[in-house]
Amino acid sequence: MKTTMTHGVNLGALSRRNGADNTGIAEKCLQVDDLNLYYGDKLALKSISLEIPKRRVTAFIGPSGCGKSTLLRCFNRMNDLIDSVRIDGDILLDGRSIFDPSLNVADLRRKVGMVFQKPNPFPKSIYENVAYGLRIQGVNNRRVVDEIVEKSLKAAALWEEVKDRLHDSAMGLSGGQQQRLVIARAIAIEPDVILLDEPASALDPISTLKIEELIYELKSNYTIVIVTHNMQQAARVSDFTAFMYMGDLIEVGPTDRIFTTPKKKQTEDYITGRYG
Amino acid sequence: MRFTEWFKSGAPWVWLSAGAVAASLFAVVSLLLLLIYQGSALFWPRPVLDVQSPSENVRLIGEQRQSEVVPAERLRSLGQKVPPGQEMVERRLLRVGNRDLLGSDFRWVLADDLAKAVYPADLAVFERREWGNFYGYPRQVKENGEIKAQGDALWVELEQRLARVAELYQQIRTIEKDDIGAVNYGLEKLRLESRKLELAQDDDPLKQQDIQARRRALQSQYEGMQQRLNDLYQQIRRDSVAMETSSGGLVDVPLSKVVRAYRPNAMSLLDKLGFYLGKIWEFVSDEPREANTEGGIFPAIFGTVMMVFIMTIMITPFGVVAAVYLREYAKQGFLTRLIRIAVNNLAGVPSIVYGVFGLGFFVYFLGGSIDALFYPEALPAPTYGTPGLLWASLTLAILTVPVVIVSTEEGLTRIPRMIREGSLALGATKAETLWRTVLPMASPAIMTGLILAIARAAGEVAPLMLVGVVKLAPTLPLDANAPFLHLDRKFMHLGFHIYDVGFQSPNVEAARPLVYATALLLVLVILVLNLVAIAIRNRLRERYRAEES
Repeated sequence: MKTTMTHGVNLGALSRRNGADNTGIAEKCLQVDDLNLYYGDKLALKSISLEIPKRRVTAFIGPSGCGKSTLLRCFNRMNDLIDSVRIDGDILLDGRSIFDPSLNVADLRRKVGMVFQKPNPFPKSIYENVAYGLRIQGVNNRRVVDEIVEKSLKAAALWEEVKDRLHDSAMGLSGGQQQRLVIARAIAIEPDVILLDEPASALDPISTLKIEELIYELKSNYTIVIVTHNMQQAARVSDFTAFMYMGDLIEVGPTDRIFTTPKKKQTEDYITGRYG
Repeated sequence: MRFTEWFKSGAPWVWLSAGAVAASLFAVVSLLLLLIYQGSALFWPRPVLDVQSPSENVRLIGEQRQSEVVPAERLRSLGQKVPPGQEMVERRLLRVGNRDLLGSDFRWVLADDLAKAVYPADLAVFERREWGNFYGYPRQVKENGEIKAQGDALWVELEQRLARVAELYQQIRTIEKDDIGAVNYGLEKLRLESRKLELAQDDDPLKQQDIQARRRALQSQYEGMQQRLNDLYQQIRRDSVAMETSSGGLVDVPLSKVVRAYRPNAMSLLDKLGFYLGKIWEFVSDEPREANTEGGIFPAIFGTVMMVFIMTIMITPFGVVAAVYLREYAKQGFLTRLIRIAVNNLAGVPSIVYGVFGLGFFVYFLGGSIDALFYPEALPAPTYGTPGLLWASLTLAILTVPVVIVSTEEGLTRIPRMIREGSLALGATKAETLWRTVLPMASPAIMTGLILAIARAAGEVAPLMLVGVVKLAPTLPLDANAPFLHLDRKFMHLGFHIYDVGFQSPNVEAARPLVYATALLLVLVILVLNLVAIAIRNRLRERYRAEES
């Protein structure tokens, strides 16, 4: 009962977002403050400071091993799972530190959803995959779950393809469909932020295109942070781009400007393909 | 040159592997064939012969079992007459039965002596409740000593009267086992109740009277049953049959002692087949007779399966919880590694050691404490402080739990990290992730562990001899008296039954085929248990098949 009510509030929040205008100066959603991250003794992220605007797509680009995925995984504290990781500095989500000891990590991850490089559906039915997060929250009302599953699958542009086989195993879907299913699963619990860790790198060009279109659709409702190897992709989908190199944040700014008139030589070298 | 090329091609290794597989298969198949051949022959009705042995000058009636070739010298030194000029002679084992008359069931006969054997159609075999088989010619059917039938009409009359006896016997069994058993159970409970009151120094006259009244009611019930039993015994003793034996005289055999009568020489193939199937059914569904050498082995099958079930119920949660802790929660350091090695080694401890541990810890310490705490009224007779089904299952559980832990851990490590992260990223806690995703995905591995555990436990005998298995259990651990499942009772077990029949029985020769048949059945029971478990595992595997990475 209680959780259903919570959900009602979330739905309200969603409709408010729908009403919000998409132009103008965006308010910040995530703020990274002088963040250092160590793997054991090795410094992997070096005093990163960065703001991520609300309901925009921010892309992290950079060569392999530059720390962009590591930074992304800081936002939902996925790095907690690795014993040797140590972090100082701070990240604020809507003004509140995500490292606050009184904050429940599970709650944080409900607000900050994540989609991984390789599609990772659970070995359950399509329906149960999307409903997973709801079940965790104790939402079991059949009607409510049905409704949210349908809405999420529609939002992930998968509904038309799977509506007749919702109760078949998700393992039978193609790679691209699985990735959209995982996105549907993430948006079913109404997060504020969606983190995409190279979401299209394991997919064929057509599936990639679908995912990109989907990102474009989603940004009106969600703050999206995407890590990508593919600079064309960053240029196509993102509003802001951050270029990282060897654990440093080299340059960040509106995507148009980064790709046309980069201020740093390293950025220019990278986007013109001189390395990486 | 060509040899080295052939060697480099890897072909020798392929041949070697294939050869090893073939050898293993051959060993398994020949084992099964031996068991089937030796075990199934037990139930086939064999012809009964009648012969005048020329060398020993006695008349023999019986059925042939195995034969062997021995040096003539050995037989001569035993005082047997062997025709001169022969180095080796063949001798046959003859089952002559009639142990009450002849002293032993079997005797060796020279093969030559059997050359003139005849197989008369009216030669009959009686399976008796005691003293083993009886061989002879039925001559007269008697009722209270009066001759009722002889000659051609005899066999039909005999069969009718045997059917009547069988029915009476069934009634007697029901009264003795179920009805009187229930009364005795009730009386024992009343005794414990009054002893409890005595211990509590509660001399409330009302309670005492109540117990007295209930006891009287049970006692009068018992007397009624005793009356009926006497009647039935009177009736069942009515008929007998006079048999002509090998000595030529007539011997009266009471029908009440006869389980089954048949004339193998007169049976058609179809009759024999029916007889064969009936015997097999008796073997798997009936209770043993005659110190386990005759009748069925149902209590042993039941005990084995029951013990494995209880053990499985106990090791599944224990093994899984231990594996989850070791793999998911414990810090992976030196101590965890040490524990893991220790767990692995536990599986290698000789099983008799577990038996000793079970006897010392479970039976004497735990059982003794339970008795002192909960069943003081029954002391000094132990309730749980004595070997029984519960302790046997627990002992086997600690013997097999390492297998479950190891394979569950294996299963847990194989769950892709992506799946766990996917669940955590949706706001699930670690426990929720484990419960909803990781454990279901690891369930085929858990089942694999259980399969190995079951296979090991069902074949284990040594520790059970210390903690609960007996040669003959009067009652099954499951019956109609509340609370229905009696975990404190001793039970029978197929493995122990093999040992008992093969080495402890009064009639080892007679029991030999029974050993094979029981062994075959043990293999079949384990096979069935495993097939069920494997079927479940395959279903789980199909259901939780993760993306192949």
